[in-house]
Amino acid sequence: MSQRIYLFTRFERFWHWSQAALVIILLVSGFAIRGVHELIPFGPAVRIHEAAAWLLIGLWVFAIFWHFTTGQWKQYIPTLTNISAVFRYYAYGIFTGASHPYRVTVDHKHNPLQRLAYLGVKLVINPLIWISGLLYLLWGSVRDSMPAWLGLEQVAGLHALGAFLMLAFLIIHVYLATAGHTPLAYIKAMVTGWEEVHDEGQVKRPPRSP
Amino acid sequence: MFERKQRAEWRALWVILGWLMLLPAAHASTADHTQFEELQGPFTSADQVTQACLGCHTEAAQQVMATRHWTWDYENPHGGERLGKRTMLNTFCIADQSNEGFCQSCHVGYGWEDDTFDFTAETRVDCLACHNTGDYVKKGGWAGWPNESLTDLTRAALNVGTSSRETCGTCHFYGGGGDGVKHGDLDSSLFHPHRELDVHMDARGLDFSCSTCHQTEGHDVPGSRIQGTAVDAHPAITRGSQEARNPATCQACHGSQPHESGTHAQRLNEHTRALACQTCHIPEFARGGVPTKMEWDWSTAGRLDEEGNPFQIRNEDGYVIYDSKKGDFVPGENVVPEYRWWDGNTTFVTAETEIDPGERVPVNTYHGTPGAEDSRIWPVKRALGKQPYDTLHMTLLQPQVAIPGNETAFWYNFDWDKALQAGTELAGQPFSGEYDFVETSMLWPITHMVAPGEMALDCAACHADDGRLAGVEGVWMPGRDRHQLLDRFGFGLAGLLLLGVVGHGALRIANRNRRKEP
Repeated sequence: MSQRIYLFTRFERFWHWSQAALVIILLVSGFAIRGVHELIPFGPAVRIHEAAAWLLIGLWVFAIFWHFTTGQWKQYIPTLTNISAVFRYYAYGIFTGASHPYRVTVDHKHNPLQRLAYLGVKLVINPLIWISGLLYLLWGSVRDSMPAWLGLEQVAGLHALGAFLMLAFLIIHVYLATAGHTPLAYIKAMVTGWEEVHDEGQVKRPPRSP
Repeated sequence: MFERKQRAEWRALWVILGWLMLLPAAHASTADHTQFEELQGPFTSADQVTQACLGCHTEAAQQVMATRHWTWDYENPHGGERLGKRTMLNTFCIADQSNEGFCQSCHVGYGWEDDTFDFTAETRVDCLACHNTGDYVKKGGWAGWPNESLTDLTRAALNVGTSSRETCGTCHFYGGGGDGVKHGDLDSSLFHPHRELDVHMDARGLDFSCSTCHQTEGHDVPGSRIQGTAVDAHPAITRGSQEARNPATCQACHGSQPHESGTHAQRLNEHTRALACQTCHIPEFARGGVPTKMEWDWSTAGRLDEEGNPFQIRNEDGYVIYDSKKGDFVPGENVVPEYRWWDGNTTFVTAETEIDPGERVPVNTYHGTPGAEDSRIWPVKRALGKQPYDTLHMTLLQPQVAIPGNETAFWYNFDWDKALQAGTELAGQPFSGEYDFVETSMLWPITHMVAPGEMALDCAACHADDGRLAGVEGVWMPGRDRHQLLDRFGFGLAGLLLLGVVGHGALRIANRNRRKEP
């Protein structure tokens, strides 16, 4: 007997998917600027990258505001409880047909591993990209107030480091999105907001009736 | 009755048309020189015209005599060496000294044939060289005197005017002994340029003359390739303000933040911290259909045909690529410049400089610090040469080439020993009698032939692996520069993770039947 819970509100889904699109656009255009590939010419790549960056910054500002006003920031409070069980599940249990050790609820949407990863994105990768990116973008105006050791080369390096970390996150994130009950289960939930929960004990009341 | 009225109307129309035609001339000057008694002549020699000019323009000769157009002499404020056309060496026609009778056709004076020329004689100043509007021709071999058969001194004197692309170009477009030879960005195509060739001098558009930018005061024409204004990080010069700035820079009119529209305007303005305007806005030089000499090899000069006569070889485009008098040439059209950091200072090899013939001798060197505030990346023409040097004294030699009627000039005798002996003797240069040819190079700043904005270089011309600034240091350029270790780490990490998830996924698929049914 399975039941559905409403896990992701409309804003969360909008935020997630627009952020996903922007991050991918930024990665592709960013690596074009870096000269890694030639799918987009340099000039247009710069323009696309800059436009997408401002959109993402706007989205982030809005999402941060949303997280604090709704209290949803608490979803990312890290915990080590059961983290080894989750880790063991992905390393072994998932192959033997074991069920996921973490019980998703509306108040705790993310398992300990997710929390840690998302917190890492929010506290390390995003600020790194954001700050180095703004310095990069505004370099002509800020260069004279920067310390001597921080040249455009270093700024570009930090920005690229952020991009590589984001790329690494993206790979793992996209893959684990297929690791639900069925390969598309989590992705469906992220699209519709409704997640199917197969364990009666997991089910809590949804925030509103379907 | 009707007929008379009609005639009157026609007459009125002709008067109006005539007045309209005279209008530009009337506006250009408050004096109609054709009406001046002093200029009615007849003049039998050019210095008489000068005399007439000086009758009213009392200070003109002294002003001209204080400039390099007269002295051909210049002390390099940077290197201290004695420069100026009089003594300078180049990789083209090599040297002026001992060839004055020929080369001084481009001197603003009459009769500079040898070192007896009187630089204080006011009537030897050539006013017409810069102020003629036709009927006045100075050709090589006349020591600066006009050619009698091609010149009408009285007409030239009556029709004097301001300097023009024609007057300046007559010499500056032909430096090095021919059309477009030396500069690369100055040749006869600029007499009547189209918009794509030069957006400012565009004959059907802005129609600038040289002096529109090279705003001259007291006959002193600003602008120098020896001491260039490589950096001019200032707003445009306000009309009427008295500033000790070079009025010929781009920034003198456009300011240093000239990009106003478009999504990249701010970013392009920031580029002015590292780039000269010319770097993007003169994508190529020698664009007007006149090739410039990119290489000149004197060592092959002197070959004669079976009858013992000098000859020329032309390429498929009709350009001379070999001349018995001069050697081998490599002409270049639509040439992509090389790029150098330049702070405006340039030093030169002179006839006294000891050279190292083991490698190509840079006849001039552009100074500048990569990335520094006082330097910019400039487009340059790099011309290659091969010219005689003294194998004992290790100095570049000055041959006599162009003076006919003696037994020494190379063009008439094809004998290097005599030409070098005579040239060095007249130039006062020690010559051991032993010579060979050494490879040389010379840089010329590219600053004319400014293309319209839409033809400026696009980003990828430089922001690419093998772009135009491939070897230029001192700037971090996205698209050209990257951190190899970081990239290896980043893509290595991504590759490992991909491998990991593919393996993990494969194991999941392999074990999918072990999943418990809910």
